[in-house]
Amino acid sequence: MLNGEHHEIDDGTDLARVLTDAGLPERGIAVAVDGEVVPRASWAQYVPAEGARLEVLTAVQGG
Amino acid sequence: MDKLAFGDHLFDSRLVMGTGGAANLEILERALVASGTELTTVALRRVDVEGGTGLLDLLRRLGIRVLPNTAGCRTAAEAVLTARMAREALETDLVKLEVVADERTLLPDPVELLDAAEQLVDDGFTVLPYTNDDPVLARKLEQAGCAAVMPLGSPIGTGLGIRNPHNIEMITAEAGVPVVLDAGIGTASEAALAMELGCDAVLLATAVTRAADPERMARAMRRGVEAGWDARHAGRIPRRYWAQASSPDREG
Repeated sequence: MLNGEHHEIDDGTDLARVLTDAGLPERGIAVAVDGEVVPRASWAQYVPAEGARLEVLTAVQGG
Repeated sequence: MDKLAFGDHLFDSRLVMGTGGAANLEILERALVASGTELTTVALRRVDVEGGTGLLDLLRRLGIRVLPNTAGCRTAAEAVLTARMAREALETDLVKLEVVADERTLLPDPVELLDAAEQLVDDGFTVLPYTNDDPVLARKLEQAGCAAVMPLGSPIGTGLGIRNPHNIEMITAEAGVPVVLDAGIGTASEAALAMELGCDAVLLATAVTRAADPERMARAMRRGVEAGWDARHAGRIPRRYWAQASSPDREG
């Protein structure tokens, strides 16, 4: 699941690739998998498990 | 020097702006420039591929530092996760910690707020908590290691000004960290009053972004903050009961 929507990825796809394939920008975003932040430096090594819940956030107007 | 310091972060401007409520980025840009701000809040939400990161590009271009908030969080756990996401996305350790109790009042939940503040300080954040106008809670937040305390003047978005000036004054009299009047400001005289009560800065958004002329109101707020700061530190005259002539006697 990516931001609450079902998202198919090939087995073994790393997080960096998942984000690029989804058309997301490289800067200004943060990713949590199942409620834990995954640091940017680990994106290329991190392979989300099947059924993982990914939350990708960025800055919007507020406060 | 007369700089505003949140931890290691130094600012010449004492007006922190919010970005919420602006009709579009062009209007926001004009208002931010007119305000003279050097620090501006943003919220964190799910990324929308269409929306992109235009807001961050704008702030970067204007040389304004970002202050991510944890708006929308109702528990310490939610706020801590949001702050960690913000640090990762925006590469800053600054966070405006906001943990509200309910949607109707948007008042801070003191128990969750203090809990979240302690966790984030331990995790190395520069924590700026949005808090009630409660001197005791302000003291506890400072003791927890927060880099500032940010009491409300009145509830978020109400424009009701500073409902309890005496409480704000008790907070500023005791605080060893900067006090930022956050929320409730409606017009420039209220921003000036906050500074006269001893605040070190004012944080506002709605009063500018939803004004009929945001750019002009932003300029008014900048001047209000500057006027209030100068007045506070110029040593005002004591209040007197009876008149005191300001011209010499005619018989002299």
